[in-house]
Amino acid sequence: MIDVNALIGPYPFRHVPHPDPEVLVRVLDREGITSAWVGHLPSAFYRDPTAGNRELALRLAPYADRLHAVPTIRPDWPLWDRALNVAAAAGAPAIRAYPPQWGMGPHDGSMRELALAVGERGMALLLTVRFEDLRQRHAMDTAGDLSAAAIRTLARAGASVRLVVTAASREMIEEVHWSLTADEQRRVFWDISWIWGPPEDHLAKLFRTIGAERFVFGTHWPLRLTQTPSANLDLLPDDLLGVSLADVRTICPAAATSVSAKKR
Amino acid sequence: MTVARDGSAIDTEPLIDAHAHFYHAESGRGDWEEVNAARFRAGERIGVTYHVASVLGTYGFSSPTYFPSPTDVTRGNDVMLAICVSEPNRTRMFVTVNPNYTDHALGEIERCVARGAIGVKLLASRRADDPLLDPIAALAAEKGLPILHHIWQHRRREWPSQEISDGADLARLANRHPRATFILAHIGGGGDYMHTYPAIVESPNIYPDLSGSGVDRGMLDEAIAVLGAQRLLWGSDLTMCTGLAKLHALEVMGLSTADMSAIRWENAARIFPGGSFPRCVNISAVHS
Repeated sequence: MIDVNALIGPYPFRHVPHPDPEVLVRVLDREGITSAWVGHLPSAFYRDPTAGNRELALRLAPYADRLHAVPTIRPDWPLWDRALNVAAAAGAPAIRAYPPQWGMGPHDGSMRELALAVGERGMALLLTVRFEDLRQRHAMDTAGDLSAAAIRTLARAGASVRLVVTAASREMIEEVHWSLTADEQRRVFWDISWIWGPPEDHLAKLFRTIGAERFVFGTHWPLRLTQTPSANLDLLPDDLLGVSLADVRTICPAAATSVSAKKR
Repeated sequence: MTVARDGSAIDTEPLIDAHAHFYHAESGRGDWEEVNAARFRAGERIGVTYHVASVLGTYGFSSPTYFPSPTDVTRGNDVMLAICVSEPNRTRMFVTVNPNYTDHALGEIERCVARGAIGVKLLASRRADDPLLDPIAALAAEKGLPILHHIWQHRRREWPSQEISDGADLARLANRHPRATFILAHIGGGGDYMHTYPAIVESPNIYPDLSGSGVDRGMLDEAIAVLGAQRLLWGSDLTMCTGLAKLHALEVMGLSTADMSAIRWENAARIFPGGSFPRCVNISAVHS
């Protein structure tokens, strides 16, 4: 099991207990999770994420066999393409981007350019619908959730694009999925960190309608309890127990490479 | 039985879900039977011994969920009474009332307690510290019934479709009725739980339940640090997956066996009327 949605570093709007890589490794061990794609949480709120990417690489270096850095690239920032090349050369399986936090609308041209460039380099673009429940946000946290329109626009951008969308709930997943062609649908993967289980059984309904192969395992650590996605899988109806999520290695070439490197 | 992390079934001690709901044919949704069945299915998997549940009128179908009409309140309570008759070994009942209709509310409590209800459910039909809640709290105290009160954690403004209360509002009511027991609903159910803990810490007759979709890291740690395990109740509300996640999280937090038992069922057994959960006593005896 690979967690595609882990982060390190503090969160600006509330205290998060020990969001450190050494703790994350212990949590992965405890929960039986093989490895994690790890982003730098403060970078979502930096104007320029460059320093955050440096810190991410530095802090994950001792754990390179388990924790794979997912840098943040802001596509309206000068020389972003060079940062992308650096990330690709470092073997990053994916790139994180935060359009709402950067004030980018659903049809932002630079985000489209980034999605294509990331895909052409064999990586996935990782998007975050939300960090926290809308009902508890700090008064200064005004970015809002990533919209379905933004996701489907990027999914339609080109055949090389691969999206991993984290922290989406059922309604958004359904809206995006059924607004895409079959080819476009195959470019989008959803993590299960924010989908409800029983009694509403949203996860089971999505597995039956959209297919479990569209979903990947994600915890949203350190913001949310690591146990949540596993608990959700444990509570699936009998006919879905043990169902396989997408093999992360098949998302994009860089993901396959990062997993192979870990195994060596 | 409950499910272990490896998916196998294991023997376990009792578990009381102090915050559950069921639906019915007049709830305005065609899948109501599936949702009720899913609660029982997941409850068996988790190891829930008792679902202490309420029916919230018609859930908005013929009057608003949080402002149910007296007719809908009665209809919902009748449904919940029937569920308790058909599932006597695993369900217990909160009688739902709307405090804007005092006579009806008091009558419903009398009627449903006579048929087995063990607690009172208040929604968001009137602010928690409003004097209209006083006769309900007084009757609940007289009968030894805990009141489960719907709560928004840190009310900073009005929200649509409900007259929401927060921990501070409930604390004012609880302080006026020290003999009554209150369950503060779903610390993970929206809003800022970090506001709730200090707001109720000096009101020992308020017991928060841990339900709600929110699973923030730090939420449980702070609840235990500020309030202590003796004041917390396990519950699921609308998301049993997050309930199970919180159980697993509690298991790795280093709590004592006594504290885990308190949260799982003993606190609930203490605040509800005596004899409400006979299977818990039996299971606990076997487990120990």
